[in-house]
Amino acid sequence: MSKTMNKIVKFLTTAALATTLASGITLAAGGGNKLAKDIDFSFEGIFGKYDRAQLQRGYLVYKEVCAACHSMRLVSFRNLSQPGGPEFSEEQVKAIAAGFEVTDGPNEDGEMFQRPAVPADRFPSPFANVEAATSANGGAYPPDLSLVTKSREGWHFPWYVSPFIKLVKGGGGAEYVYSLLIGYEDPPHGEEKEGLHYNPYFSTQWLAMPNPLNEDAVEYADGTKASVDQMARDVSAFMAWASEPKMEERKRTGFFIMIYLGILSVLMFLVKKKIWRDLH
Amino acid sequence: MSGHSSYEFSNPVVKWLDSRLPIVTMVKAQAMDFPTPKNLNYWWTFGGILATMLVIQLITGIVLVMHYTPHVDMAFDSVEHIRRDVNYGNIIQKLHANGASFFFIAVYIHMFRGLYYGSYKAPREVLWMIGVAIFLAMMATGFMGYVLPWGQMSFWGAKVITNLFSAIPFFGEAIVTWLWGGFSVDNATLQRFFSLHYLLPFVLCALVFLHVWALHVSGNGNPVGVEVKSGQDTVSFHPYYTMKDLFAILVFLLFLFGFVFFSPDYLGHPINYVEANPLVTPAHIVPEWYYLPFYAILRSIPDKLLGVVAMFASILILFILPWLDTSKVRSATYRPRYRQLFWILVVVCLGLGVCGAQPAEGGWVIASRILTAWYFLHFLVFLPLLGLFETPKPLPSSISESVLAKQAAKSTAAAQPAE
Ligand code: HEC
Ligand code: HEM
Repeated sequence: MSKTMNKIVKFLTTAALATTLASGITLAAGGGNKLAKDIDFSFEGIFGKYDRAQLQRGYLVYKEVCAACHSMRLVSFRNLSQPGGPEFSEEQVKAIAAGFEVTDGPNEDGEMFQRPAVPADRFPSPFANVEAATSANGGAYPPDLSLVTKSREGWHFPWYVSPFIKLVKGGGGAEYVYSLLIGYEDPPHGEEKEGLHYNPYFSTQWLAMPNPLNEDAVEYADGTKASVDQMARDVSAFMAWASEPKMEERKRTGFFIMIYLGILSVLMFLVKKKIWRDLH
Repeated sequence: MSGHSSYEFSNPVVKWLDSRLPIVTMVKAQAMDFPTPKNLNYWWTFGGILATMLVIQLITGIVLVMHYTPHVDMAFDSVEHIRRDVNYGNIIQKLHANGASFFFIAVYIHMFRGLYYGSYKAPREVLWMIGVAIFLAMMATGFMGYVLPWGQMSFWGAKVITNLFSAIPFFGEAIVTWLWGGFSVDNATLQRFFSLHYLLPFVLCALVFLHVWALHVSGNGNPVGVEVKSGQDTVSFHPYYTMKDLFAILVFLLFLFGFVFFSPDYLGHPINYVEANPLVTPAHIVPEWYYLPFYAILRSIPDKLLGVVAMFASILILFILPWLDTSKVRSATYRPRYRQLFWILVVVCLGLGVCGAQPAEGGWVIASRILTAWYFLHFLVFLPLLGLFETPKPLPSSISESVLAKQAAKSTAAAQPAE
């Protein structure tokens, strides 16, 4: 079934592209940014689940690279061991948390103090506040990434196909993060903008974030080669989980509810038919 | 509703209660034995579906409030807390959010059913008008509910819509300040919207009670549009329609749950996952899909005040619809010209919805203007005139006659094997 679905979507996408190219309309709402690359993530579709190993690798990339600038203030360390996520063991999570210092207090003397983090703590933010983060990044605020794959869209299609494509493919938030991370290029015509970097996937094509990923920026524990593409995939999968940590539970519950309701409606239909049969 | 005990009950407790408060009599008469035309089609199940949706919204909403914090600094995070930490919170929250959308899907179908079958005509004018009041209350409830998660679209939507009132001459600015409870959309605004969002559904319940009361005075209409003439034309509400409605409700819920569980964010705006920020205006401010046709009407008119007037008029006009439609024939089945106009109106409303989602520029504005003009012409000119000039098809003399004719047609078709 998902194969035919894919075919239909491919057809719609190409048809949409063809018609828009022919009519010369730009696809993007924001003005001309490229459509995100369509990745087949493991968590797509009705039965899709997160890939544990991928989420664990993704966390490493976030922690080692992105966390220098970006907060993820809605995620707690304990989430890392919850079912349906990276599923680190509780011991691992304790160890991970202990590697961070958080401010707590006040203590009996009324002083704030630093202590090692525990699993119940949220991920600490790299900057004290939005202003500090903005000023440290040349006037651009590195947005909190807790919901980034739900607050961004990877593709925009014309109104007459968009509802169908999005129904099957979703908004492409994770694809957007991936595409942004691998999308840095030399600007066309050697143009340069002070403090900005060229990236055709960004809404205005110029963003303040420097290309964050270099080959082997992290060392994966599972031996996977840390290519830029691999890290980009892993970290976007991790962000997708962080945005929707209860996805697996939701789909599983949904699956049973749909079956239950489906059977119940068939039975109800038979009841209705039987009651109405002898009428007239 | 009936005032006196008129059934004989064998159970002494029931008998005792019913002779003091004839509630059992009422339920039996109104919810079980109530004579209902036997030819209702599935478009008549949407009333029951709507009642179900109202209950779902109430239950999920009340549970959400147990964990929600109506404060500008905490509202966004508290909704995320519900989605992330509360047991089944993400499902309850998504059921409420998608439930609102499906509530509107059902109400639009219910209203277009009324338009198609002329359900608003005598003796059901008051029933219809209460319906329009319900629709207004639903719109207000939905609007205020959308503000509560305090995302970017919540904030900017609230700002744009409340700002409309500034178009009112002389008092505009004062009214807006009064609505906001301050000089900008801020904590006071959020808290009053929360208060009213909790209140209005109960007003809605009261209105629905009146709606059903009025329905039980006139009795149901039906697809043929000929009133019930004898017991032959009706069946008891229970079990015939209780079971049929239940089946329809289940199928409707299948669609709703399909979205809740497998595409929960499809009907929302991604930008609402960014916390409200008064300093950053989103590129496109659009309301929820169910307001889009009215938003298109609003923006189709270059003058702000007239735009607001047109938008409200497009709904208020429905109050006088029973007197705008001059035809005595109810059902569009017997009104060939009206049937065409009806379908054009459906397309016009969908078209307005599409226009409402687009930036207000170029061809979209022109399209909205044409569609808006047609919308008003439909109600103010075409309907009054059509009733005078249209020749309706001959009506069957009764409901059972039309049912029998249909069955006869079916059995002859079945008797002649298909080629
Ligand atoms: C040196 C600091 C820095 C690092 C490291 C960094 N970012 Fe960023 N990021 C920024 C800044 C600054 C912005 C804001 C860019 C703008 O608005 O122009 C940003 C913006 C973003 C955006 C939002 C783009 C949009 O659509 O608004 C995403 C997504 C993102 N970063 C992801 C990542 C990921 C994933 C990593 C880790 C692989 C990462 N960033 C590492 C500084 C950084
Ligand atoms: C919360 C929202 C509503 C609820 C719960 C509700 C409930 C019902 C129910 C249970 C019925 C009888 C079954 C049926 O005909 O479907 C009904 C009939 C009707 N409703 Fe509603 N309704 C709602 C909103 C509206 C609105 C917004 C309108 C119109 C503006 C409307 C107009 C009518 C009319 C005209 C009938 C009579 C139809 C006929 O019998 O021919 N209703 N409603």
